[in-house]
Amino acid sequence: MTGTPLLAATGVTMRFGGLTAVRSVDLTVRPGQIVGLIGPNGAGKTTLFNCLTGLYTPTEGTVTYRGRTLPPKPHLVAQAGISRTFQNIRLFANMTVLENVLVGRHTRTREGLLSALVRGPAFHRAEAASAQRATELLAFTGLAAKSGHLARNLPYGEQRRLEIARALAGEPGLLLLDEPTAGMNPQETRATEELVLAIRDRGTAVLVIEHDMRFIFNLCDRVTVLVQGEKLVEGTTETVQRDERVVAAYLGTPFEGAPGQEEVAEVEAAEEAAAESEGQGR
Amino acid sequence: MTSQQSQQHGTAVDTTPVIPLPLGTARVLTAAGAALTVLSTFLSWTWTDAFPGNLTVTGYPGGLQLLTLTGALLTLVHLLAAWGIRGLRMLDPAGGHGGTVWTAAGTFAATWYTLIAIAVQLGGLANLEPGGWVAGAAALLTLTGALALPLDRRATATGTARGRLAAVRDIMRTLHPGRTGRPLPPARPLPGWAEILLIAAAFGISLGVLTYGIGTRYGELFTGFLFLTGFCAAGLHQAGLTTRLAELTARHRNVTVAAAFVAAALFPLTQDTDEYTLIIVNILIFATVALGLNVVVGLAGLLDLGYVAFLGVGAYTAALVSGSTASTLHVRFPFWAAVLTGAAASLVFGVVIGAPTLRLRGDYLAIVTLGFGEIFRLAVGNLDGQSGPSVTNGPNGIPNIPDLELFGYNFGDKHSVGGIALSPFANYYLLMLLFTVIVVLVFSRAGNSRIGRAWIAIREDETAATAMGINAFRLKLLAFALGATLAGLAGTVQAHVAHTVVPEQYVFAGPVPPNSAFLLAAVILGGMGTITGPLLGAALLYLIPAKLQFLQDYQLLAFGAALILLMRFRPEGIIPNRRQQLEFHEDTAAKAEA
Ligand SMILES: Nc1ncnc2c1ncn2[C@@H]1O[C@H](COP(=O)(O)OP(=O)(O)OP(=O)(O)O)[C@@H](O)[C@H]1O
Ligand SMILES: [Mg+2]
Repeated sequence: MTGTPLLAATGVTMRFGGLTAVRSVDLTVRPGQIVGLIGPNGAGKTTLFNCLTGLYTPTEGTVTYRGRTLPPKPHLVAQAGISRTFQNIRLFANMTVLENVLVGRHTRTREGLLSALVRGPAFHRAEAASAQRATELLAFTGLAAKSGHLARNLPYGEQRRLEIARALAGEPGLLLLDEPTAGMNPQETRATEELVLAIRDRGTAVLVIEHDMRFIFNLCDRVTVLVQGEKLVEGTTETVQRDERVVAAYLGTPFEGAPGQEEVAEVEAAEEAAAESEGQGR
Repeated sequence: MTSQQSQQHGTAVDTTPVIPLPLGTARVLTAAGAALTVLSTFLSWTWTDAFPGNLTVTGYPGGLQLLTLTGALLTLVHLLAAWGIRGLRMLDPAGGHGGTVWTAAGTFAATWYTLIAIAVQLGGLANLEPGGWVAGAAALLTLTGALALPLDRRATATGTARGRLAAVRDIMRTLHPGRTGRPLPPARPLPGWAEILLIAAAFGISLGVLTYGIGTRYGELFTGFLFLTGFCAAGLHQAGLTTRLAELTARHRNVTVAAAFVAAALFPLTQDTDEYTLIIVNILIFATVALGLNVVVGLAGLLDLGYVAFLGVGAYTAALVSGSTASTLHVRFPFWAAVLTGAAASLVFGVVIGAPTLRLRGDYLAIVTLGFGEIFRLAVGNLDGQSGPSVTNGPNGIPNIPDLELFGYNFGDKHSVGGIALSPFANYYLLMLLFTVIVVLVFSRAGNSRIGRAWIAIREDETAATAMGINAFRLKLLAFALGATLAGLAGTVQAHVAHTVVPEQYVFAGPVPPNSAFLLAAVILGGMGTITGPLLGAALLYLIPAKLQFLQDYQLLAFGAALILLMRFRPEGIIPNRRQQLEFHEDTAAKAEA
C-alpha cells in the first residue's frame, strides 16, 4: 500500500430524485491492481462507474485521478487517462472494427481539421501511427482478422472484446470494465480473464464489475462489495469470500457456517445461468 | 447452413425463374424479342408528328425510339454475354442473368411508356401505326423471355418453399447493396494504362448520358430517359459492372478524380446554346450546397432543416459587397475578397446559431434550425429601412449584381480560350465547378480523418463517443460551422450567376431548388455520407421539376410520394455508403456465431 492511489473516490453519492443509487462510497485503485466491484443487481455498480467517468455528476463527493480532481465531463475524464466499456455494448455499430479502435485513439492524437484538409507529412505520419497502433491492439485482443468488418456484424463475444480494444486505444492508466463477460460462454470467459491479466501486465490498472465470482476471485487483488448503493465490504478476495454478509446479500438467506464449495458452486451456477440467458436474450 | 456454404462457393442456390420455361426457350425468346425490338425502332410508330420527336419516319429511329433501341441493344449484349460469348464476358463479370432482366425491363418500360404517351396525347390507340404495335409486342416478348431466365439469387431462410411472389421479391432484393447475385470472380489483370482508359471511358459515357438527359427537349423524352437509365443502371449493377468500376477507381484514385473533373469541365463544350449551361450551373450550385449539408447530416448526424439560410448569408454578403447599385454598401470587393467575406459571414452565423443549439439533441436541433432558416428569410425581408435598419433592401432583394471579373476576365462576356468559345454561363459553370471540387475535397479529406471519424462516432453513439474523449459539443460545432462555410462559399457564386438575390430564394420548401427541404432530400435520396450521392440526388431533384412541366402543381405531392417509396424500399439512398455495403459480412458473422 504505497504511493498515491491511481483513482480515489471519496464520499461519492448519487441521487435520482428520491432514490439514492450510490451512497457515500469510497473507492481506491492503486497502480498495477485489478480491483473487483461486485454486488447484486441494482446495487449501483454501473451508477458508480458513471459517476467515476463523468457521465453522471455525483450529487456529493469527489473523484481524483493521480491526485487531481476529475471534472464531471466524460471527455475530460477520458483525456485524463480513464477508459471504460459499457454493460450494454455501445460500439459504433456502422463503423468498421478498425475504425472503432481508431476513434479510441482520439485522445492520443492531435490532428485537427486544418491538418486533415492540408494532408501534410505530419498528418500522414500520425494516421499511419494510429493505424499501426490500432492493428496491434486488434491483434492483442484477437480481432486482427476482423478489422474490416462492421462492428455490428461481429458476434457478441467479439463485440465485448472490441469494446475493450477501443478503450485500450486511448492508452489509459485505468480501465473500467462493466461486466466484460456477460453473455459469454465459459471458454470466452476464460479468454477474457487472460486478456484482463495481460492488460494489467501492460501497466494498466483495471476496475471491473462482474457477476462471475470465479472470474473475480481468479483475477482481483482487491474486491469491493456494493449492496443497495452502500459499500458493504472491501478487502482482498479471501476477506470478501469469507465475509458472511456478502453471501447473505447475494443469496438473500441467513448464513450458517463457513462458505463451503457447495455454496460457491451454487452461486456460480446461478450466475452462469443468468449470464447465459442474458446472452441468449440478444 | 448448406445453402450458405454453397453460396460461399458461388454456385447458384435457387434459380426458379418468375416464368417457368426451359432455359433454351427463354434465351431464344429474349434474343428474338430484343432483335425484333431493335427492328421495330426503324419503323413508324405513329402517323402524325404531333407527338414530339417525330416517330413517323420509317427507315431510321428518332426521339423516344432511340431509347428503345439503346435498351434493346443493351439487353441483347447482356444476354449474349451471359450465354457465354467470349469477347462479351468482360461486360458481364457477375455472369448471371441480372443484367439481362433489368435492361429488358428498362426497354419495356421506355417502350410502353412511349406507346401509352402517344395513345393518351393523340387520343386513342388508333394513333399507333403497326410499327408501334410491333415495338410493344417485341418489348413484352423480351421481358417475358428475360423473366423466364434463371436468376441467381441469395438463398433465403424459407428455402425451397417459395411462390412466384417470392421470386419477384427476390428480383427487387437483388438491387440491395452488396447483394449482387454471386460474388465476382477476380478481375483479369489489365495493364495500368488500360485500366485508366476504362475509367476514362466510363466517365465519357456518364458525361454523354448526363448531357443527353439535360438536353432532352420535351418532357416525354426525359421521362423515357429516366425509365431507361434507371433500369439500365440497375442492370449494370447486377452485371457487376459498377462493382468492377469501383474496384478500378479505388486503385486509381487520383486518375478518377481528374477524369471526373475533366468530364465535368467538358460539359459546356457539348452545348451550343446557353440554355442548358444555365441549368447545369444551377445543378452544380445545388449539388455543392447539398454536399456541404452532407457534412452536417451525413457525417455528424445533425439534422439541419434551415441549411439554405447559410447559402443566403453567403449570397447576400457577396451581393452587398458586389458594387450593385441596389446595395446599401457602396463598395466593390474583388471576387476573392467577396468569397472570403461571404464564407466568413456564413461561418460566423453558423457558430452563432450552433453554439446555443448544438447542446440540444435530435429533434430539438431540427426544430431550432428550421426556425432559424425562417428567421433569416423574414429578417432579410424586413431589413429595408422601414421595418428595420436599411441593409438588404427588403422583399425586393438586391438586383443588378454585376458580373464577376477576375484578372480582367469578365464572366459576363463571351470568351474564346484557345479556340474554344465560352459563353457567360460556361464561365460561371467552370468557376462553380472549381468550388464543387473544393467542397468535394474538403468533404472527403475531413471525412476521412480523425475529425471525420469523431463525427461519425458522435452520429453513431454520442455517449460512447464522449467516453472515448471526444468533445462532442466542439466537434458538432465544427461540423456545423464547416457546413455553413461551404454553403456560404457556394452562395457567393450564386449571387453573381443569378444577378439578383431576394429573400424568397431561401425558403424551407418551394418549387425551385435549392431550398432546405430539397437539399435534405438530395442528401437522403442520393445517399448520406457519400460524395456521389448528393451530386446525383441534386441533379435528379433539379432536373425532374425543370423537365416535367406537367408536374408543376403536383410537384411537392410527387416529391413526397417518391420519398416515402424510397424510404420504404431503399432507405440507404441511391448510392449506398461504403459502410452499408459492408453488410455482406453479415453472412460470415452469423456463421461464426452459430
Ligand atoms: N439515470 C437513472 N435514473 C434513475 N434511476 C437510475 C438511473 N440509473 C440507475 N438508476 C437506478 O439506480 C439503481 C442502481 O442501478 P445500477 O444500474 O447502477 O445497478 P447495477 O449495480 O449496475 O446493477 P446490474 O448488476 O443489474 O447492472 C437502480 O435502482 C436503478 O434503477
Ligand atoms: Mg450494471
